[in-house]
Amino acid sequence: MATVTSRTAYAAPGGNGNAGAKSLEEAPLVQGNLSFHDITELVSEHTEKKTPLGWFLAFSLALTGLGILGLAIAYLVWNGPGVWGLNNPVGWGWAIVNFVFWVGIGHAGTLISAILFLFRQKWRTSINRTAEAMTLFAVACALLFPTFHVGRVWLIYWMLPLPNQMAMWPQFKSPLLWDVFAVSIYGTVSLLFWYVGLIPDLGTIRDRAVKAGRTLRARIFGFFSLGWTGSNRNWRHYERAYLLLAGLATPLVLSVHSVVSFDFAISIVPGWHTTIFPPYFVAGAIFSGFAMVVTLMVVARKVYNLENLVTIDHLEKMNIIILVTGTIVGFAYITEFFIAWYGQVQYEQYAFTNRAFGPYAWAYWTMMSCNLLFPQLFWVKKFRRSIPVMFAISITTNIGMWFERFVITVTSLHRDYLPSSWDYYQPTMWDVLLFVGSFGLFFTLFLLFLRFVPMVAIAEVKGVMPQADPHFYHHGDGHGTPAELAEVADYQQDAYAQTAQDPQGTPSDDAS
Amino acid sequence: MLDRIRQLLDDRANQHVGYLAEFENPGALYDAVKSLRKKGYPRLDTFSPFPIHGMDAAMGLPVSKLGFLVFGGGAMGASLGVLMQWWMGGVDYQINVSNKPLFALEASVPIIFELTILFSALTAVGGMLALNGLPRPYNPLFYSERFGRATDDGFFLHVAEADTAFTSNGTASDLFGLGALAVEHITHEGATELDSSGAPVASATSGEPVLAVSGAAPVTPSHTTGEI
Repeated sequence: MATVTSRTAYAAPGGNGNAGAKSLEEAPLVQGNLSFHDITELVSEHTEKKTPLGWFLAFSLALTGLGILGLAIAYLVWNGPGVWGLNNPVGWGWAIVNFVFWVGIGHAGTLISAILFLFRQKWRTSINRTAEAMTLFAVACALLFPTFHVGRVWLIYWMLPLPNQMAMWPQFKSPLLWDVFAVSIYGTVSLLFWYVGLIPDLGTIRDRAVKAGRTLRARIFGFFSLGWTGSNRNWRHYERAYLLLAGLATPLVLSVHSVVSFDFAISIVPGWHTTIFPPYFVAGAIFSGFAMVVTLMVVARKVYNLENLVTIDHLEKMNIIILVTGTIVGFAYITEFFIAWYGQVQYEQYAFTNRAFGPYAWAYWTMMSCNLLFPQLFWVKKFRRSIPVMFAISITTNIGMWFERFVITVTSLHRDYLPSSWDYYQPTMWDVLLFVGSFGLFFTLFLLFLRFVPMVAIAEVKGVMPQADPHFYHHGDGHGTPAELAEVADYQQDAYAQTAQDPQGTPSDDAS
Repeated sequence: MLDRIRQLLDDRANQHVGYLAEFENPGALYDAVKSLRKKGYPRLDTFSPFPIHGMDAAMGLPVSKLGFLVFGGGAMGASLGVLMQWWMGGVDYQINVSNKPLFALEASVPIIFELTILFSALTAVGGMLALNGLPRPYNPLFYSERFGRATDDGFFLHVAEADTAFTSNGTASDLFGLGALAVEHITHEGATELDSSGAPVASATSGEPVLAVSGAAPVTPSHTTGEI
């Protein structure tokens, strides 16, 4: 049987799904002359091979971080949040900064999996699995901080609307409670979305394990793949469920960081009480999240030999998003200053002058240069496509976004209305260890994911290859017997009928 | 009534008893489905590693009804969000905060919204699994060794024995005529490879399935009428 690969598919006259109508030919999403089986092989082998030594090294490092987290949490719970550097005006320190930082990182995963799916951005298929996993783990890290910030963590269930012996209910008018709902539901929906996407690929791993005679592995993956067969009758509901989940996750992801920003914006602290916060926080979240995806993918594609699936074109597209959102964020910083001046409220004006030139000016200018200035390098195509440059900028972006939350939280709090309450906030060792430990948790989970779960959505990548389209085989060589040509006319009729009844049919699907 | 239920369950159990044919690529599979539909086979299914564009229309499947279920789930979540906040904050445990109203729709929007999404998402996943009959640990298709490639690069067409147009030799020759690379007879006892006359190819029964649940009693194909 002649195996069709991504190269022969594109090389065929009128290939790429009979794309004669396309005036602007895009670079193929899958490079390197791969067949369907090659894709399966390329992704699955990393979960099947003997665990490489490098993985153990990385994992032991991550476990060390996790151990630090355990230590920091134990010390914190034993002694209470007094071990942190919080003082009287600054009652929110690193804990909330880290919380917003991690939630923000999570947003890129949902953006890639949901919003880009709705916009039919097919390039998302090779990075969405990893990005969604990153979301889940980032949300897990984020939830740590508010959970332990309550002090008496054994009473955390008071936040949930559970009947209890005190006959009390949570206060639903508080944005902090909205946060409890928003972030936990965000985590749940992200998990569902991720798992639904995984089902067909878990089936792939199961069938490979059956073939290789690895019974235990086949049973474990058989359990999680739920008996998936790839039946078209199943794909029909599956695709609809995926579309609906994408449609649900899109407003959800925008709402989550909006609700997080309400934690600040609903209060009447100068520097926090502004209506620009929700969109500005969402843009910042996407910005930091994409930077994290770039950081992780640059390494993962190299280590796992996935350069043909996660191509430079993919990375360049992400860098463009970083450039756009970074500039939006920078614009928001400047707008805040303008509004403080234009609003003529002296407390607001002081808060912002103090932000840029007060005791925390160093943090402010770190944020400004990392978030607004450095990403501007991506205007140059050469930098957008350079691995070292994008890696460096993805790191500075994450540093900058951490500082953004630090600047917003701490500079607004450390100057109260009465100068007698002014103070300077500094973290203690336990603040630092908790934050370092959260990276340990993140990388432990991420490394386990890389080891045991297919890190690229195998079924989805195959689906965007030109040879996945049944019509590719009909028009491929441009020749045909009269009987075949009659059949072709039949398909086209059929495809029109389908476009009419199929609301998902888009002009870009012009193959049909 | 009980008989009817038993019949439905039997039909479901025997849904995949029939002929399984492998095709070379999505195009060949698509052609085969179109031709078989013209020949009057209503109970076809195809298996592929990814959803094939246009296959729903070729198989004559309507758009999934999942959206209606999800709408119901979302409406339930929204109502729950309103009722919960109104009753807990406005009735059962009244706390006066800055003399703000005990219950106001405006302040309740975020949680109403979040619960709407949560319930819709749970319905979407639960409904998808229910409509697909998953999880389904035992499936006679797994007897076929060939079928393992349905999640890799294999493209399969299945004709149920329950199909009105199914005949044991006619269907096999139909499938080979459409370019099937191989045809297997799937039963609860195993998978047997067939030739174009519908007779078993000598010594071609596959071994024990790895994933079959031990103790699953084979079900004899009996009722052949109900809808899938």
